Amino acid sequence: MLNMIGLVGAMLCLLLGWQFPWSKTPLIMGLCYGLASLGVSVMMRAGQVSFGHALYAAIGAYTVAFVTRAYPAIDGIVLLSAALLVSGLAGAVIGLFMVRYRGIFFGMLNLALSMVVFAMLGKMYNWSGGTDGLRMERPTLLGFTLERADFESSLLIVVVMCVVGMVWLVQRYFKSAAGEALAGIKTNETRLEYLGLSARLILWQAYVLSALLVGLSGALFAMVQGLVTPDIGAWLHSGEYVFIAVLGGSGHAIGAFLGAAVFETVKLFAAAYMTGIWQMLLGLTLIFVIILAPDGIVGLMRRKSVHRHQEDA
Amino acid sequence: MNLDLVLLAVADGVSYAGLLFMVSLGLTLICGVMGIVNVAHGALYAFGGYAACTLSLQVMQNTPSTFLLLLVLPIAALMVGLVLGTAIEAGLLRRIQGRDPVQQLLMTFAGFMVLEDVQRLIWGTQPYSAPDIIGRLGTVNFFNVTYTSYQLVLIPLMALISYAGLMFFLRFTSTGRQVVAVTHHREMATALGINAKRVGWLTFVLGATLGALGGAMAAPTTSMVPGAGADMIVLSFAVVATAGMGQITGALLASLMIGLTRSAAVYLAPEWEVAVPYLIMALVLLVRPDGLFTVAQARRI
Amino acid sequence: MTALLSTRNLCLRFGGVIAADNIDFDLQHGERLAVIGQNGAGKTTFINICTGFLKPDQGTVMFNGQDVTDRQPRHLVRMGLGRSFQLPQLFVDHTVKQCLEIAAAARTGHMSWFVALSDAVDVSEVNDTLRLVGLHERAHSPVLALPEGERKLLDVAMALMLKPQLMIMDEPTSGVGSDSKIQLMDTVMQALAERQVTSWFVEHDIDIVKRYATRVAAWIGGRIAADGEPDDVLQQPQVRLEILGTR
Repeated sequence: MLNMIGLVGAMLCLLLGWQFPWSKTPLIMGLCYGLASLGVSVMMRAGQVSFGHALYAAIGAYTVAFVTRAYPAIDGIVLLSAALLVSGLAGAVIGLFMVRYRGIFFGMLNLALSMVVFAMLGKMYNWSGGTDGLRMERPTLLGFTLERADFESSLLIVVVMCVVGMVWLVQRYFKSAAGEALAGIKTNETRLEYLGLSARLILWQAYVLSALLVGLSGALFAMVQGLVTPDIGAWLHSGEYVFIAVLGGSGHAIGAFLGAAVFETVKLFAAAYMTGIWQMLLGLTLIFVIILAPDGIVGLMRRKSVHRHQEDA
Repeated sequence: MNLDLVLLAVADGVSYAGLLFMVSLGLTLICGVMGIVNVAHGALYAFGGYAACTLSLQVMQNTPSTFLLLLVLPIAALMVGLVLGTAIEAGLLRRIQGRDPVQQLLMTFAGFMVLEDVQRLIWGTQPYSAPDIIGRLGTVNFFNVTYTSYQLVLIPLMALISYAGLMFFLRFTSTGRQVVAVTHHREMATALGINAKRVGWLTFVLGATLGALGGAMAAPTTSMVPGAGADMIVLSFAVVATAGMGQITGALLASLMIGLTRSAAVYLAPEWEVAVPYLIMALVLLVRPDGLFTVAQARRI
Repeated sequence: MTALLSTRNLCLRFGGVIAADNIDFDLQHGERLAVIGQNGAGKTTFINICTGFLKPDQGTVMFNGQDVTDRQPRHLVRMGLGRSFQLPQLFVDHTVKQCLEIAAAARTGHMSWFVALSDAVDVSEVNDTLRLVGLHERAHSPVLALPEGERKLLDVAMALMLKPQLMIMDEPTSGVGSDSKIQLMDTVMQALAERQVTSWFVEHDIDIVKRYATRVAAWIGGRIAADGEPDDVLQQPQVRLEILGTR
C-alpha cells in the first residue's frame, strides 16, 4: 500500500513539474528535504535523534561548490558522486565517535559539531566565502549543457529517480536483518550484544547511510540553487529534518516524504500568511504529533489498517 | 605573554564560568531529578536576559537607585522561571511523563522552537542590553589589572551563592530531601507519601529560574540577540555532559574548566574559541563516556 | 579435558559489598549445574562477570581454554555461549517470531542489508524452536502483549536459537506458573540434552534443582560455600540454614 503511494507520488511530481514549470524548483527542494529527513529517520529507527545532521547537507553542498568552481567542466552527475563520497567519508569518521553515545548525548554532540562547523563556515571568508557563500555555474548533466528550464526539468527527473531509488533501498534495509537489528538497538542493546552482535557496528553503518542521504540532499540543493551558504548547515534545518521524520514516521522509508509533503504545504501557507512564526508553527505541530501520533503518518496508517483487519476477522 | 594578559584571561574565564555555571546548574538539576534533558533551557536563558533588559530599562526611568536596579536581575529571573517553567512542566512535560525518552527529548526540542519565535515576537530582532548596571558598580583593581566589579565580583559571587544555596536546600531542608528522593526513585518516593508531581514542578521551576538567572546576569555584559538561546543550550549541555548528568559540584568544576580554557583560546587562538567547549566535552566523553563525576548506576540485568 | 568455563581468583567489589570473593570455579562439558543462594549472594553478578558484562577487579575467566576476561559478551556468544536473564531481555517493538528471526540471523554473524529478515533465516528452525517452548500460537504476537511467563519462554528461546555450547539460564522458572514450571524445564533440558549442551541455571525452586541438576553450587556472601553432588550439597548444614531456611 505504502509502496503504491510512493510510486504514485513520484509520478505526480514529474507530472506537476511538466505541467507547471514554476513548481519544479519547489518540488526539487521538497524532495531534498524528504531525502535529508530520510537520513534522520534511519537513525531514529535505532531510537537516536540527531539534532545536527544539517552538517552533512553542508558537506554535500560545499563539496559540489568547491569541485565545480575548481573544475567547471565536471559533469553534474560526477559532482553528485563526489558529494556522496565526501559525505560518506565524513559520516564514517565522525560516526566512529558518535556511535559510542546514546540519547541526548548523541543528539547534542551532533548538534555541537554542526554548530561549530556552521560558525567556521561563516568566519572563514577566504575559503568558504563566509556568509555570502559560494556561487556556482550550472554544470552539465550527463554531458548535456542545458538552459535553465531544461536543467531544472532534468534535475527534477534526476532527483525523483534518486528518491525512488533511495526509498526502495532504505526500505529494503529496514526490513533486512541489519535493519531489524538496528530497530533492536532502540529497545534492547543488551540483547543484541548477547546475540553476538555489535550494536556499535550496526549503528555506525546506519550513521554512514544517514550521512550519505543528507549529503546527497545537500548536493542536489546546491545544484538547484546555484549558491551555497552556511545557512544550509544551520541547526534550524536539522530541526526541520527531525520534525519531518517524526511527522512522517520512521516505520517506512516513504514516511519521510509524506512528512515532507505536509511540511512543504504548510510552509507555503505559512509564508503567505504567517511569516515570522515559522519555528513556532513547527514546534507546535511537533508537540501535537508527539502527543497524538508519536509514530507519525505511517504509524497512523498502520494502526488504521490493523483495525480494518481486526474488523474483517 | 605578559602577566597582565594572563590575569585578564583568568578574570574573563572566571566570570564566564560563573554565568555558564548558573545556567548549567538549572539544566543539571532538572536532568538529575526528572531524567529529562530540557532543550528548552536555552530559551529560559534568553528570556531571562531579555526580561532583565526590559525590566531594568523601566526601573532606570523611575528611580536612580542602583540597589533596585540590581534587584531587577533576580526578580526577572524568578518571573521567567515561574511562568515559563510552569508552562513547560505542566503544559508539555507532564503530558508525556513516563514515555519513551526520545519523545520526551523531542518534546522539549519542540518547546524550544516555539519559545524562540515567541521571544522574537516579544522583543524583535534588534539587540537588547543593560550596560548601565555594570557602569554603576565601578571597577576593581588587582595586580595592575582593572576589571569591572560586576563581572569579576558579582557574577562569581552569585554563582557561588546559587551553588551553596542549592546544596543547602537539597541536603538540609525537608523539601530538598524530597527532591533528592524523587530523583532516586519516583515511584518509591510516591509510595512514601511524597507528592512527586509537586516536587517535579518545584524542581523544574527552580531549575528554570536558575537558567533565567544566568541569562539575567549575562544581560548587562552582552547584547541579547536571537540565537543566544541556541548557543547557550549547547554550551550548558557541554558543561553538564562533561561533569556528568545531575552532578552539581561537577558542573561547578566543569564550568571553570570550560570557562578558563575558552578564555585562553580567545587570547591565543581566537578562531577556535567557538569550538573549545565542545572539544573539551568530546575529550572528556572519549575517556569517560558518562562524564567526569557520574555515580555508578544500579544494576539493570 | 579442558573445562568449558573456568575462573581463577575472581574478585569484584561494589564499594563496601563483596560481590565475588576470590572465586575459583570450573564447569565441565556436559554438566547440568544448578546455582542456588539467597538474593544478593552474587549468583547473577558471577554470571555477568563470566559472560563479559562486568569486569572483575582481579582474576581471570577462561572459556574453552581461552582467556576471555577482557572480552565483551558478544565475543563469548560467538564462542558458543547462550544466556537468558532474570528479567527477560526482549525486543519489545518486535513480534515473538521476529525476535527469534533476529537471533537466528545473528548466529550466522552476517547481517544482510538486502534480504528481508524472514527470508534470511531458516523458517523451519524458527518454527521448531517456537513449538519447543510452546510459543507457536503466539508467533505473530507483539512482545509487549506477552504475559510474564511467556516472556521468560521467549528469552530462553532466543538463547536456544544461538545453538550454544553452554546455556546459562538465570531463574528460568521464576514468574512461570507452578503448573508450567516442570513442563518448561522438561522441554528445555531435553532439547539441551539432545544437542549435548552444557547447562548452568540459577534456581530458587529446590524441586527443580533436584530434578535436573547433576551438580549444585551454593553461593553465600559472594563465595561458593558448597559445590558437588546435589544430595551432598543440599544436606550441608550451612546450606540448609542460610539458603533452604531449614535446620
